[in-house]
Amino acid sequence: MNNRTIEQRTGFILLSLFFLIVLAIIIVIFVDIISKGFSVISWEFLTQPPRKGMTQGGIFPAIVGTFMVTVMTAVLAVPLGMGCAIYLNEYANDNKLTRLIRMSIRNLSGVPSIVYGLFGVVIFVQLMRFGTCILSAGFTLGLMTLPWTITASEEALKNVPQSYRDGSLALGATKWQAIKTNVLPYAVPGMLTGTILGLARAAGETAPILFTGAAFFLPFLPKSIFDQFMALPYHLYIMATQHHDIEMVRPIAYGTALVLIVLVLSMNLFAIILRYRLRKVRKE
Amino acid sequence: MTENIKIKVKDFDFYYGDNLALKKVNVDIYRNKVLGIIGPSGCGKSTFLRSLNRMNDVITGTRAEGDVLLEGKNIYDPDVDVVDIRRRVGMVFQKSNPFPKSIFENVANGLRINGVRDKNFISDKVENSLKGAALWDEVKYRLNHNAFDLSGGQQQRLCIARALAVEPEVVLMDEPASALDPTATLKIEELIQELKKNYTIAIVTHNMQQAARVSDYTAFFMLGELVEYDETSKMFTNPSKKITEEYITGRFG
Repeated sequence: MNNRTIEQRTGFILLSLFFLIVLAIIIVIFVDIISKGFSVISWEFLTQPPRKGMTQGGIFPAIVGTFMVTVMTAVLAVPLGMGCAIYLNEYANDNKLTRLIRMSIRNLSGVPSIVYGLFGVVIFVQLMRFGTCILSAGFTLGLMTLPWTITASEEALKNVPQSYRDGSLALGATKWQAIKTNVLPYAVPGMLTGTILGLARAAGETAPILFTGAAFFLPFLPKSIFDQFMALPYHLYIMATQHHDIEMVRPIAYGTALVLIVLVLSMNLFAIILRYRLRKVRKE
Repeated sequence: MTENIKIKVKDFDFYYGDNLALKKVNVDIYRNKVLGIIGPSGCGKSTFLRSLNRMNDVITGTRAEGDVLLEGKNIYDPDVDVVDIRRRVGMVFQKSNPFPKSIFENVANGLRINGVRDKNFISDKVENSLKGAALWDEVKYRLNHNAFDLSGGQQQRLCIARALAVEPEVVLMDEPASALDPTATLKIEELIQELKKNYTIAIVTHNMQQAARVSDYTAFFMLGELVEYDETSKMFTNPSKKITEEYITGRFG
């Protein structure tokens, strides 16, 4: 064997090894959570509130709370994010200022989520006097999701060929008509996909909702967006670290983790299916 | 002859940033005639064409000086609605750019944009425009098919039909046949002869034979300047400038 062949083989073996390690880690996580969490999953677990000092019962309020707060996240992140992306990509001039703004938006996605949590407390809970509630927590998560929504939406808009815009303008369309009729229809699938992925990530966050609305325990469901709520990630955090008998509730923690993972994965799956469907429609 | 001038370009300068792309251009474009625009790459012929319906406005940092008089009215005047100009002066691009919609919707798009809702009117107009672009017979049984199913030449004729649907007065064509095979090119050229009965046409082309075949007048650009402008028959047999002759006969460019 000459040197080139040896190099080629070692390279291949090393790279496959790295891949296998990553794969193994993912499999171990999933197997661990599923094997330990699956046994507690039952109809009761999914539809009942916690009982007896959260040592028994289910996680229903946390599921509902996560769902509600995610809807609130979307209420802020979707229109604001898409609108901002349309402005940046279609209207804003490409100069130093917009490049700086764009870079800042990208960098926002790197800000630790606990910082968003603190910001949410100051702005929504205190300054705007929403109090600790679904609205404050949802908006905080919404702010955190914005960079994702904006970036994904902008990419989707960029992927629409300039010739669609030109063709439309040359027919006497106004700029907005060109965008509305011959750009957005082809960008929306990508925009939605990016947005849902961002929402799925927000649904699993603990830190931003910690001070802005998530409750340790509530025996009843929130009645309005100005109520506190239970949420899956926060519930998991409590079950794993804050409960008075952590060992005893460990299965419940695993069950919560499993439900959370399934929820996030199904949101991602939904995004993928949506994108696939819309692409197909577009081709026909 | 003034009443036969559809577009009068007067001392027209065009800048990309600080870069002067067109220098003091003067051209008269005559009603129901075909103007051929020729010149080596980068000479400003596409810029000139896109100045005639202000498509250059889309590019940031561009600036125009001088007049482009459409029926005597400068289209660069502040009180002019650029959207209206683009409806009156239609455009067909170098690369055919149908929308990813059905054939019918491609042609109907301009009508819908301009606020037409009457379904019968739209379908009549679509049929007439497709006939006008010599495409009707090839697509009449599959109007709901996606435009991308058409061949390159058909797509380009679809783009012409799309431009015709909004009843422009002038049709600008930017190398409309450069990506097409000889048969498809011939169809486009025949179509141009047909179209000039109803429209004023300006066409950019790299192909000297094509310019000689389709145009009534020819404008030769070089380095942003209009070198020579004359009737095509005169220009291709007896050009007044040596450099024009050299370009036309293929000695450079």
